[in-house]
Amino acid sequence: MIELKAVTKTFGSTTALDSISTTIPEGKIIGVLGPNGSGKSTLLKMLVGLNKPNYGTILIDGKKPSMDTKNFISYLPEIDYLYPWMTIQQAADFVKSFYEDWDENKYNELMKFLELQPSMVIKKISRGMRAKAKLLLSFSRNAKLILLDEPLSGIDVLTRDKIIETIIHDYRAGDQTILITTHEIREVEGILDEVIFIRQGQVALEGNVEELRCQRQASLVEIMKEVYSHETI
Amino acid sequence: MDFDHGKPIYLQIIDYIKKQIITDKLKIGEKVPSQRELAQQLKVNPNTVQRAYREMEGMGLTETIRGQGTFIVERRELLRELQQEMANALLVSFIIEMQSLGYDDQEILGLVEKYQKDLKEEMK
Repeated sequence: MIELKAVTKTFGSTTALDSISTTIPEGKIIGVLGPNGSGKSTLLKMLVGLNKPNYGTILIDGKKPSMDTKNFISYLPEIDYLYPWMTIQQAADFVKSFYEDWDENKYNELMKFLELQPSMVIKKISRGMRAKAKLLLSFSRNAKLILLDEPLSGIDVLTRDKIIETIIHDYRAGDQTILITTHEIREVEGILDEVIFIRQGQVALEGNVEELRCQRQASLVEIMKEVYSHETI
Repeated sequence: MDFDHGKPIYLQIIDYIKKQIITDKLKIGEKVPSQRELAQQLKVNPNTVQRAYREMEGMGLTETIRGQGTFIVERRELLRELQQEMANALLVSFIIEMQSLGYDDQEILGLVEKYQKDLKEEMK
């Protein structure tokens, strides 16, 4: 379980997160949605410990983000973090050396499923393939908490489909928690249990996706438009 | 699968299975796909599929045999019941929509008969 208590994060004069409080349950797929600059990525970075809050507390299973929590968190950053000169295999060996929960069988199986080759060099493959390679590395660990920051952005439809399939294929329902930030709401609509809409560093709306859809008789995209109707996205 | 906006996805999964039975793609007593297979196929959350399967079992539509999987119950009347259920739902929404357009019962019946005839003519 993840608890955020009045968490504020500022960068200079910009407030990325404004006294945000929420509880994120275990064993579910949760969408963290919102327009650019709403604070989604900052939230994920703070869970991994890359950013520290100015005020407030973050607890993951009762612990502050630290080396301890890193061991069970797999984080897929939005940026291209893989060394361009490495092959996929070298990148995998690199990640493997940091984490005990690396699962070689899963790695090999996913490699096939995603139609990648260990010998592919990161800088020579397409953007879509790099996105798949990033996904491969984050899903080859048996991590309890997976944080995916914009895993679908700037990627073609077929690859986006494959990424969604991979998430479903590998997700251990009930005991794994996945947090996804994305703009591609239509694509993730079917796979989310819960949703948190962030607006200007605060929670604008959160809840169970099925319940929200029923209550409002609307799709997530429509709900999102409603939530952000008074601002320009 | 394209989802209907205001309806819970787990109910839409159940409808999907029912349609498969009515259209004979899934037969009485036959094994239904595993939860993970169906989740992948329909691109929905495994937790949602799990809920749909639980409800189907509760409704007496399926039964799970340990170690073997989930099966459509072996009841001959099932097909007929599902047909009736879907027909009922279609009729209710048809009548409500027609009434909201301002047609009375007699007019609705007349229109149905007229269109049945027209369709038959077209088929010839």
